[in-house]
Amino acid sequence: MWAGGGGFGGGPGHGFDRADGAGLSRINRKVLLRLWEHIWPFRFYFLLGVILMFIVSLSGLAGPYLLKVAIDQYITRGDLAGVTRIALIYLGLFLLNWLATYSQTYIISWTGQSVIFSIRMGLFQHLQRLGFTFYDRLEAGRIMSRVTNDVDALNQLVSSGLVSLVNDFLTIFGIIIIMIKMDYHLALVSFTTIPLIIALVAFFQIRMTRAFHRVRRRIADVNATLQESISGMKTIQAFSREEVNLQRFDSTNQENLQANLQVATLTSVFFPMVELIGAIGTSLVVWYGGWQIAGHQVSLGTLVAFLGYVTRFFMPIRDLSQVYNLFLSATVSTERIFEFLDEEPDVKESPGAEELLPLSREIRFEEVTFGYDPSLPVLKGVNLQARAGETVALVGPTGAGKTSIINLLGRFYDPQDGRITVDGTDIRAVTLLSLRRQMGVVLQDTFIFSGTIKENIRYGRLEATDEEVVAAAQAVGAHDFILRFPEGYDTEVNERGSKLSVGQRQLLAFARALIANPRILILDEATSSVDAYTELLIQQALERLLAGRTAFVIAHRLSTIRNAARIYVIEDGRVVESGRHDELLARDGRYAELYQKQFAGAVATH
Amino acid sequence: MKGGRAGGGSSAVQPGTMKILRRLLQYQRPYWYLVFSSLALIFVVSGLGLVTPWILKWVVDEGLSRGNYRLLLPAALVIFLVAVVRGALTFAQRYTIQYTSNRIIYDLRNLLYNHLQQLSFGFYDQAQTGQLMSRLTADVETLNQFLGMGLVQLTSNIFTFLGVLTVLFGLDWRLTLVSMATMPFLFYAVYQMARKVRPMFYQVQQQMAVLTATLQENVTGMRVVKAFAREDHEVGKFQKDSREYMRRNVTAARLQAFYVPFMNFLTAASTALIIWYGGLEVTRGRLSLGTLIAFNTYLTQLVMPVRMLGLFVNLAERAMASSQRIFELLDTRAEVQDSPTARPLPRLGGHVRFDHASFSYDGKVPVLDDINLEVQPGQTIAILGATGSGKSSLINLIPRFYDVTGGRVLIDGQDVRDVTLESLRRQIGVVTQETFLFSATLRENIAYGKPEATMEEIIRAAKAAHIHDFIMTLPRRYDTIIGERGVGLSGGQKQRVAIARALLMDARILLLDESTSSVDAETEYRIQKAFAELLQRRTSFIIAQRLSTVRNADRIIVLERGRIVEEGTHEELLGSGGIYSRIYHLQLLGQKEAAPGERSSAPDPVEEGSGYHPGAGIRPGGAAEGRPGPGMSFGLGQPGKGPHRGGSISQAGVGGRKPGAGVSSSHFDPLK
Repeated sequence: MWAGGGGFGGGPGHGFDRADGAGLSRINRKVLLRLWEHIWPFRFYFLLGVILMFIVSLSGLAGPYLLKVAIDQYITRGDLAGVTRIALIYLGLFLLNWLATYSQTYIISWTGQSVIFSIRMGLFQHLQRLGFTFYDRLEAGRIMSRVTNDVDALNQLVSSGLVSLVNDFLTIFGIIIIMIKMDYHLALVSFTTIPLIIALVAFFQIRMTRAFHRVRRRIADVNATLQESISGMKTIQAFSREEVNLQRFDSTNQENLQANLQVATLTSVFFPMVELIGAIGTSLVVWYGGWQIAGHQVSLGTLVAFLGYVTRFFMPIRDLSQVYNLFLSATVSTERIFEFLDEEPDVKESPGAEELLPLSREIRFEEVTFGYDPSLPVLKGVNLQARAGETVALVGPTGAGKTSIINLLGRFYDPQDGRITVDGTDIRAVTLLSLRRQMGVVLQDTFIFSGTIKENIRYGRLEATDEEVVAAAQAVGAHDFILRFPEGYDTEVNERGSKLSVGQRQLLAFARALIANPRILILDEATSSVDAYTELLIQQALERLLAGRTAFVIAHRLSTIRNAARIYVIEDGRVVESGRHDELLARDGRYAELYQKQFAGAVATH
Repeated sequence: MKGGRAGGGSSAVQPGTMKILRRLLQYQRPYWYLVFSSLALIFVVSGLGLVTPWILKWVVDEGLSRGNYRLLLPAALVIFLVAVVRGALTFAQRYTIQYTSNRIIYDLRNLLYNHLQQLSFGFYDQAQTGQLMSRLTADVETLNQFLGMGLVQLTSNIFTFLGVLTVLFGLDWRLTLVSMATMPFLFYAVYQMARKVRPMFYQVQQQMAVLTATLQENVTGMRVVKAFAREDHEVGKFQKDSREYMRRNVTAARLQAFYVPFMNFLTAASTALIIWYGGLEVTRGRLSLGTLIAFNTYLTQLVMPVRMLGLFVNLAERAMASSQRIFELLDTRAEVQDSPTARPLPRLGGHVRFDHASFSYDGKVPVLDDINLEVQPGQTIAILGATGSGKSSLINLIPRFYDVTGGRVLIDGQDVRDVTLESLRRQIGVVTQETFLFSATLRENIAYGKPEATMEEIIRAAKAAHIHDFIMTLPRRYDTIIGERGVGLSGGQKQRVAIARALLMDARILLLDESTSSVDAETEYRIQKAFAELLQRRTSFIIAQRLSTVRNADRIIVLERGRIVEEGTHEELLGSGGIYSRIYHLQLLGQKEAAPGERSSAPDPVEEGSGYHPGAGIRPGGAAEGRPGPGMSFGLGQPGKGPHRGGSISQAGVGGRKPGAGVSSSHFDPLK
């Protein structure tokens, strides 16, 4: 009841994901069945929880009945000892209720949390296995939203929804049975309000669900507008867009207000209506029950107990509609979670995969054809060769397929045709771990993990000693700037790496790759220009990094290209020229042309 | 709000609570009549709630006990009618208060948003998006709940509590005292719960934040994770956080599982006391059975308010904390704002002057120190310097993204602080270092600074920024939605859209901060060509690292630690042999390093072929006749053999250029 609070306004936590509430899907049985698979290992705990729930509900319902017994058998007959006894029983029963509720909540929440934990971990583990294709397709925000918001919606259902659902049902049926047992006629009269309440709930259920969803969508709009405005605030101010934006925000905000007011109208009608129907029940019991007393068919105690049960009857019904909402959103979430879990990793280890032995001879691309979308090949029959210890440079215009080549080498994708071999072994026949452990990859945009600089370098080889970290930093020329931070290697950096310049981040990435000491280095040189000193540092670092390794480099630096043992000119998914720098220049073909365009423009100047 | 104090008085009422509350109530003021009617309605509704048990007592004592069964129908009718009236009033009351709270929240959101737009760059340098977001979403939502439900519930509970107590004492004061025996325990339990459970929930949220951060890093850094085959390590990290999250959740649930049923138990204990003592009294004839039954019913009404108090204390504390955060934001003053006497800046000529301008972000470490610089309309100024030398800070002073801490910046002779921000910024086109595009169509993005622009204007700007051809390859062309929810653009494409956006403003002053850093050299070259004519008519400031961009400026200034250390044209600076020529050679060096056959480090610029001899660049007026000078075939080290493809590399533009001339034209026009 605490955790489930919120209710109005749709809960800010859900706001960021827009793709959610669009289709209000029904409770899907298949999905629930799969959910059950996660619950299954904990079935005994759940069973125990449910048994305790029975005790809780029944002991909770005993109140009005005990009052009836007290009135009819002891108070009206003047049995003092009986009155005391019944009061003590009452007290004892609720002591039991307290203990049972406590253990039930504890067991259920522990079990529920364990299930959620298992789902969350399963999802996370699965995400680690999914290939780049998946990450190309979905933005980080959307992926995250499933692991956080959706799992949390499920969490709400498991931790508070299920318990109150079961409790509410037990309470409703318990009351119905007790009432029928106590007095059949009076029970039937009281039940005449049930159709009313069902009609009411049915009428409002659809409208309220719709209204709540609308609120969720509207608040998501507000959040999206906000988020964008805040992250783009500098641009907004630079372009003096404040007024236009305020107007737009106001209209989004207004729509949100309208949606909320609609919910306010509905709830303001619904809850008093439930109470009104409850009052109808009460007045019916008073009127009809009173006449029954007159005819001595019903005792005063029974009447009082009935009045108690009628009031209790409407509370769970009111709750049920809320639980139903919880249930709906949890089902939608579960569906979304399983959608991810069903996502097949496109790069899979073959069953009999072996360890890849250290590269000793060569890497080859043989007639490799590949497209992110198989119908649109990006690489068309590419043949490449790199001998151990050689640097191979890939050059060519943007979109030619250079990045795809290095992505295939790391087996981040699999080619549709042809094969890639390391010392003659197809890389699809070896374990991913043994393949990637031999490789160091430095990508264009350097990713810095939040943590210390030391940890970031060590990411290349977790067991590296501090000395090794320092040695790697020294080797790439990062040591000096690191020491310039007051905390040196223990300086905390964050994901955006805002303390570090572009060049510094690149040096860190080099150090990270160097410490991993890979046999094969895959490098995508950054195009971003950095200041001249850093540029020189980077070039020197690169040379260190490349020395003695087999390397595939998407090269933008002339120095790198010139030093390469072989240059492959890639154009439109094909190798159009290959050879050493001077050979290619002499040939005066595509390379020579590219060379002039790219580098002449950049530095050509005196 | 006396009650609010009484209720919140339990635990963490900070000294500022009253102040916050008073300020919060200010926002209610425009709707005071609604708040007032709602309070009046609550009073009536709570009062009507007391009627039903009284009628039950009357039915039992007057009707059933005495065989006066004709009372039954009126009693049932009264119960029903009271419920109808009460229902109608409850509706009115609920709606009024929710309307009010939603209105207040709406006002507050607009107020906050507007305020955010006023806050200066200095604020956004430090603020985290997530933090600000949560103030406008989660905090505002908490306030909504507090104002909409919390306050109502509190007042209604107080009314009910006092009403029930009065009625009970009127019925039988001894029985009242007996049944109240459990109340102190109930209050204590509520207090304990508010004190213990709340921090626990806070810890759960904290851990959720940690978990989310770990997750986010994993997802955004997935390429690195996979490249280093660190999946297991990542699973380990996440598992640790996830397990802790679970642990805290269970702990919170357990605490709650103790207190909530405990309150139920106390309620039951009260009932047991009523049955026991009341029962005895009835048998002794000192109490009517009806009173006993009414007592029992009233008791359930009494217990609810107390239990809700726990919820309320929790909600109130959260609301206070949220208000504090919201007010804190509202109280943040914009560092840069229009002065009271600010005038609109007339159509600009484009003259810019830095007059002993100094600047510091924190008031301690100087970023710019005594900058003096005068730029004539139409001139292009290139700014060069190492990272952190103050380049961006310098140009940020022109549109007043920051204010100088000393000296002044003048545009057309007027201090930028004396004109309105809007008139100033509207006439300055900016391409910032980090390109931010909005989730909207390309058309809207390009027309961002000039929403009324025609399609022709948009296309012209896009063509100049060399993004038009790319846009035409998209299925929906200019109507393609980009950004987070649309087509992803590469860094270079984004920059080009940003350039188009700035160009479309048709501003007299253009500020380009590393505007082509993510564009490959070839495209950059093409953009520059397009810029050439655009820049002619405008005063522009260009920050760039590639010397090819810089060298054609009318004037180059070199910044070092916030000071201008060199100033002049390319030729002048190369000739002076200062920092500029050093940087220049360093960059050349990078390009030529290890020429064919010489695959070693220790590059030595001097001993290569004449092509990149540093001296070559200084040759004054070199290649004045427009024929590619030897220097332009740089880097090949094989003069005569290199691919002299005529114009394509002869662009150097040195030809025909008068060093030091005030206004230069067509820097980038290769063919002339």
